[in-house]
Amino acid sequence: MSEALLLVAHGSHLNPQSSAPAQDHADTIRAVGAFDEVREAYWKEEPSLRNALRTVAADQVYVVPLFISEGYFTEQVIPRELRLDFDATDWNSDGTSADVATLSPSDVDKTVHYCGPVGTHDAMTDVIVRRAETVTGDPEVGSGVGLAVVGHGTKRNENSAKAIEYHAGRVRERGRFAEVRALFMDEEPEVDDVTEYFESDDIVVVPLFVADGYHTQEDIPADMGLTDDGGEGYAVPARVDGHDIWYAGAIGTEPLMADVILERAADAGADVGTDIPTAADSTATIADGD
Amino acid sequence: MSDTDPVDDPTPTEALREAAADGVDFDGLRVTRDDDGFHVAVPEASHTGLSPAAVDDAVERHRDHVDNWLFWHQHAPQAGAEWAFLRWVERADDLSVPERYDRLRDDGLSREWGQLAVTVRVSGDGRRRYGLRHIDDADDSVENLTTYTDPYEARRLRKTDDDGDYRPLSTAPTLAHGWAFVDLAPDAVVRAVEGFYPATVANWHREREGSLDVTHWHETVSRQTGIYGIVQTWDRGEGHDHVNWVAEACCADSQCLKRREWGYDDGTPLDVDGGAGVFPCREPCSMVIATARTWTRLESEQSRTYEFDLTPSEKEQIETIIDAVADGRVDEIRDGDTSDGANRYRARYLRAKLFDDEGNLCGVPTDGAATDS
Repeated sequence: MSEALLLVAHGSHLNPQSSAPAQDHADTIRAVGAFDEVREAYWKEEPSLRNALRTVAADQVYVVPLFISEGYFTEQVIPRELRLDFDATDWNSDGTSADVATLSPSDVDKTVHYCGPVGTHDAMTDVIVRRAETVTGDPEVGSGVGLAVVGHGTKRNENSAKAIEYHAGRVRERGRFAEVRALFMDEEPEVDDVTEYFESDDIVVVPLFVADGYHTQEDIPADMGLTDDGGEGYAVPARVDGHDIWYAGAIGTEPLMADVILERAADAGADVGTDIPTAADSTATIADGD
Repeated sequence: MSDTDPVDDPTPTEALREAAADGVDFDGLRVTRDDDGFHVAVPEASHTGLSPAAVDDAVERHRDHVDNWLFWHQHAPQAGAEWAFLRWVERADDLSVPERYDRLRDDGLSREWGQLAVTVRVSGDGRRRYGLRHIDDADDSVENLTTYTDPYEARRLRKTDDDGDYRPLSTAPTLAHGWAFVDLAPDAVVRAVEGFYPATVANWHREREGSLDVTHWHETVSRQTGIYGIVQTWDRGEGHDHVNWVAEACCADSQCLKRREWGYDDGTPLDVDGGAGVFPCREPCSMVIATARTWTRLESEQSRTYEFDLTPSEKEQIETIIDAVADGRVDEIRDGDTSDGANRYRARYLRAKLFDDEGNLCGVPTDGAATDS
């Protein structure tokens, strides 16, 4: 039986960078030969979710949403547009524990293994730490340093914040960073006041967003006071209120994300071989047993 | 895989002798085996009662027929849509094997797929190799083009037009120039084509097979939720003029190279032309739904009467400006051409004369526009 990976992302009518992480991670996974086919599909770009499954030849399709949290897109939009008879209860999730549901789409004769979003997978915790290492250039970063894990947040969906708090809690438990906080763009505690939540001089800020765009490149830097004008870029580190802010940009662009995608598919039963971690990884231990 | 290493392949004679047991009947080549031996026939000749060794001689005499059969059964991707697409590229349904091979060895055979020119040739080892360019670059020297061999790079080339502007709609007729994919294997050329125009091969094939699953406007907007749920309210049971206007705005060949097959609903085709594209559009796309969301808000307003005093030329100039924007003509208008109503100086003069300090045409306040909110 042949197996395909279908990576599902939001995409954009305005921002060409929106689909870049999906394309880049698809290329990484294709290069390690983990699947017979690796395809992408988008809500706002092409192929559309509606047309995606017919572009796949394999009869077993592992659909992995490149989204940060469980919610409207993973529970309603993606399954509806892929023509899957899915109900959110099929995942039996507590808000961050969706794994896989096996379904039959109505437009093609295939089996779809519909996975939970990458953002809630345990391996994402390692990507957050990796992001802190790469933005500071310090593979041992942590001692005396504060880490802010930043999410979009929305009062309409409590799972949005849960995913952020889940990973912040997991990083905190490791005891590597002096302080770890979950902060949000659209709800309390807000990233605007980042320096008020930390005593450490150095604060690493990792936004859990899939792609770089208006939120990560203009909104959040301006909210934190890294720049007066979002269009002018920001310094790394930037000095704010007596702290050095190391702002990492969207975590979805981190090459190690390819491993999280593979972990999601492997957890769902895909035969991805023994290639995790991929070439994208060099030092981190993925999903370190917890 | 479809493009296997030649050393792993059986010889054409071995492959044909093995297939003869089940019979071969493909593109004019017929091969069978019975108690009298092998029978090999092509439209121009036939050989019966051949010994296994004599099959080799027949294969050499009709090598193009045998290579053609081998290609389509061993090297071409076997998925139905991809196989059919590659057959279409070389007009396999219209040209005989000798006609095709004459052209495959010479300049190759080409087809246009949107703004893509797909070309197939036969290389020295008898394999088909494919090239892909912008149709406007088809006759350029390859030295003048940036060459690519990784078909997945097409996904990135499709993102921007010649000016570097983002193309959210892959099938907009604004594909960038200046690149060439060279020496692609059969499965790779399909990937590159799909990189430029996603899902077009699959839906084109479904249409040819009579199984294209068209989803019409009403059904598409009816399933929208979230910020797009409001588009449902634009269908008020008062006809489908609004959908005609959407299609005329977004789906004409000047805006999208897909051929629109969807209508208002299953029994109500639209009154505007669906276009002449080679591949079909089976459903209103995300661009159409997103723009329809904007129009749903705007069209919730009621008309009201405004009074403006315009000269006949000023009225015509406003119409010319709207046409120039709608037809994407603004960048072509020369600064010195003040005979064109959409000339920048002409537009600035009109604004200076007719707008008040708040930007109101002829000083008439707007009041209550959806765009005010």
